[in-house]
Amino acid sequence: MNLENIFTFTVDKDNLAVKVERAFEAPLALVWSAWTEAELLNEWWAPKPFRAETKSMDFSEGGRWLYAMVSPEGQRHWGVKEFTQILPRQSFTYRSYFCDENGTVNPATTGSTWVNSFVEAQGITLVTNDIRCDSLAHLEAQIKMGFKEGYTACLGNLDELLARVQQNGK
Amino acid sequence: MRRDIFQAIADPTRRAIVMLLAVQAMTPNAMAEHFASSRQAVSKHIKILVECDLLVQKPHGREIQYHLKAAKMQEIEIWLDQFKALMGKRFNQLDEVLTRLKARKK
Repeated sequence: MNLENIFTFTVDKDNLAVKVERAFEAPLALVWSAWTEAELLNEWWAPKPFRAETKSMDFSEGGRWLYAMVSPEGQRHWGVKEFTQILPRQSFTYRSYFCDENGTVNPATTGSTWVNSFVEAQGITLVTNDIRCDSLAHLEAQIKMGFKEGYTACLGNLDELLARVQQNGK
Repeated sequence: MRRDIFQAIADPTRRAIVMLLAVQAMTPNAMAEHFASSRQAVSKHIKILVECDLLVQKPHGREIQYHLKAAKMQEIEIWLDQFKALMGKRFNQLDEVLTRLKARKK
């Protein structure tokens, strides 16, 4: 199997579950660090032009990551991940919620559970995210929070591309 | 209270109602026959589905039939596509981080 180009996205609507697989060209130790260390998470967790900003990180069972997605206008959307199980360099599980800047979760809000697994073969690391949402509303909120700006930017790029293609066709 | 497609299908009874109506329009009585829960409970779910703009009522003789607005279900597909794009974008950024980390190690 050619690992390098793997990016799969499988949806199980009945169970509100999504399975994502992605291969990275790096040894497991590096990929694990990038997923579990705040300084590195800050660099990639938020889709640009958003940026992720860590307020606190305690990567241990019962610990949590409190962070904000910061919009280009400086608006902060707070999220928290509560680590429930960690098997070093194999997998870790967290509950994900939206919250306020103190990490307080509104009891009425729903969250999602993420099981993130890591396997290395020939210098390539395969990461699997098994994501189960309490409600699709949570998934929707997640997209709205981290993504609106980024998506608009993507659509802008697509417009440019289409314009170029049309011009070439003339 | 927010009412949208995501809330509509968050409940298993409502998902079952949507599946039934995907096959054919039905009266509330006909729908209730498919469920062990009380007629009242089924009516409550129908009411929510109408408020979520997923069902529409049409008179059928003396009775009222409910029809499914199938186009609404596509909203879910759109959100899923966006979530996929979000993860894809994140991972491309992670590729860059990993490339930098590997270079630093050398």
